[in-house]
Amino acid sequence: MPPAVEHSLLPNALVYLAAAVAAVPIASRLGLGAVLGYLLAGMAIGPWGLSLVSDVQDILHFSEFGVVLLLFVIGLELEPERLRSLRRPIFGWGSAQVLGVTAALFAAAFMAGIDWKVALIAALGMSLSSTAIALTILQERNLLQTPTGQTGFAILLFQDIAAIPMIAAVPVLGVAATEGSGQGWFGALKAAAVILGLVIGGRYLVRPALRIIAKTGMREIFTAFALLLVISIALLMQSVGMSMALGAFLAGVLLADSEYRHALETDLEPFKGLLLGLFFIAVGMSVDFGVFLGRPWLILALVTGFLAIKIAVLYGLAKSCGIPRSQQALFAFILSQGGEFAFVVFAAAAAAKVYTAEIASILVVVAALSMVVTPLLLLLHDKAFVPLFRNRQKRAADAIDSNDGHVIIAGFGRFGQIVGRLLYANRVPLTVLDQDPDQIELLRRFGFKVFYGDATRIDLLHAAGAAKARALVLAIDDIEDSLALVDAVRRDFPDLPILARARNVTHYYQLMDHGVTVIERETFESALQLGRQVLCELGFGAYRARQAALKFRVHNKTTLLAVYPFYKDQQQYLSMAKRARDELNEMFARDAKASENDPEKNWD
Amino acid sequence: MTARTLVVYAHPTPHRSRINRKMVGAARGVPGVRVQDLYETYPDFYIDVAREQRLVLDADLLVFLHPIRWYSVPSLLKEWYDVVLESGWAYGKDGNALHGKRFWLAVSTGSPAEAYRPGGLHGRYFEDFLVPFEQTAALCGMEWLPPCVFHDATYASDEAVDSHVAAFVNRLKDYANP
Repeated sequence: MPPAVEHSLLPNALVYLAAAVAAVPIASRLGLGAVLGYLLAGMAIGPWGLSLVSDVQDILHFSEFGVVLLLFVIGLELEPERLRSLRRPIFGWGSAQVLGVTAALFAAAFMAGIDWKVALIAALGMSLSSTAIALTILQERNLLQTPTGQTGFAILLFQDIAAIPMIAAVPVLGVAATEGSGQGWFGALKAAAVILGLVIGGRYLVRPALRIIAKTGMREIFTAFALLLVISIALLMQSVGMSMALGAFLAGVLLADSEYRHALETDLEPFKGLLLGLFFIAVGMSVDFGVFLGRPWLILALVTGFLAIKIAVLYGLAKSCGIPRSQQALFAFILSQGGEFAFVVFAAAAAAKVYTAEIASILVVVAALSMVVTPLLLLLHDKAFVPLFRNRQKRAADAIDSNDGHVIIAGFGRFGQIVGRLLYANRVPLTVLDQDPDQIELLRRFGFKVFYGDATRIDLLHAAGAAKARALVLAIDDIEDSLALVDAVRRDFPDLPILARARNVTHYYQLMDHGVTVIERETFESALQLGRQVLCELGFGAYRARQAALKFRVHNKTTLLAVYPFYKDQQQYLSMAKRARDELNEMFARDAKASENDPEKNWD
Repeated sequence: MTARTLVVYAHPTPHRSRINRKMVGAARGVPGVRVQDLYETYPDFYIDVAREQRLVLDADLLVFLHPIRWYSVPSLLKEWYDVVLESGWAYGKDGNALHGKRFWLAVSTGSPAEAYRPGGLHGRYFEDFLVPFEQTAALCGMEWLPPCVFHDATYASDEAVDSHVAAFVNRLKDYANP
């Protein structure tokens, strides 16, 4: 980063944050979506707006790290087996999209009389979509698990891979001198070595490191390590000429089945969001209105023509790859824009003198404008296309989440484990949260899916999918944490049923105070069972002992509830409790007497 | 000699029993007899089906020893019938595990024999209430032995109780060791 940026860091941050805080809520309120809000904010503060920021390219470059974090987080949600099952969509649909769009754009440009080299580079660059925009929209609309989202994601992933040879090949078309050709083989070898190192290091170095850091219990160090991890992987990938985002994605996949997945996700989320916002602002700022005002009709025609061709090809692709009819247009719109790779490809071509700086700036403006248009197209889709399909929406239950209907167990110590094993044996999908690294390590060796994290943090519950959970089993030891978690869950997930473990009677009453209805005292049932066995030892029949224990159990529970209103008043509570105890003794004595005196009860 | 007779004993309140407790005690002393006390073994009503089926297979005489409750069996014994006598094992297609075994009912009632007749307290002859048992045995391909019934358990004299227990044990010995 040049010193200029560093010196103006705080004033710049002030401008960006103020623009975002002002523009995004307004855009959201108007139904334009957050992405458009950021883009408009960027235009407003950029060189052609209030001109508050000048170093646009630096900011654009810096904020691309948001895309890297986005892909890392997405990688975290994709386990290697699931990625393997996506092979066909990635290489099949991905290559179909890139080749189809490139061919169509090239043909159109060539027929319009444009030089073939310029046409080819424009077509290649513009065939790629914006991962940042498309994935943000897919996430915002909760579409990632649908066929639309899966196919879109697969295509975006392929584009990340395809961009690498594209950027490498562009200079060949130019007049500038190219590097020695031996570089290619050596580069590929280096890239392969780095990826191999990533796979091995991810498993054998990063996981133990995460465990050690988690054990220190310092959250900010954990967050720092998470950022360090992603940044170092990104730089490593860049150094061998690979896409930073692709590397981060790979690292994410490698950690997807790790117990720290949710914690990493939660910690990186705010950075990812802010940097993506910054990225969109930078795109907005980079729209060069000077070029646009110079030849407005040409540029409008190019943008319109480009979007029409790309959307048409994407729409055809959507039809042939099993996307439901109601979402085909949406799919085409989401992937319609030119992407951040287009900037890189165009810059590389300009550097290689394939075309003049003027053509380069026109292409960049077209790409940037196509990004701005995406949110508008979605608006159009919502207003014009969605009503067409509304009548058929009933069977649109396409969204299937792999962990739908799971049960979250908070606290997986001696108590939570038994609950968990019972559920597990009955094939109930589980998400387990615990914050003792040793415990987690042990359980994972037994094949449980356990995640590290402090369950009282509501953001972790969000990351763990509490919105889609069927129940929360509250089994943590600490009474204050337990009550805090109840309050947080009842506020953020009012429909999620809570089933709680009570440490003692006071905790039981406190849980009732906080609105929990299903509560079990942690020692009551096992003490009752042992009591039964004592009765057997004393000569009671097994069934008689059971009936006596159950009778006691019912009475005890009734008393527990009857005394509840008085538990805060020690004096009254004690006298109530004593009365209940006398009642119980009387009840058992009455039973014994009745059977002694009544021969009708003793006949068989 | 392995036990070839299985006494399936079901009594929810044995500590108050007058007659069944003595009968089961006497049965335990007969060679070749194995007693399975259901309420003692499965107080929570969760029956180990595989184990019960093994016990049944090992025997060629099944004795059901219990008081009659509401013209039927104590509830845990009903559960035993429901889960142990499975389709495809005890009856139905390939259900021939019990074929040829003998079924002997040894039961007690609280009312005198006179209560079991038309116009009496229970409205029917006692045999009428045994139809479900007989048909259970028939469906499983078992041989039905004449039941051993003790009426009027509430007010019977101690002598009557003792002589019934003795008669039961004698028949059990005859059946168990022919």
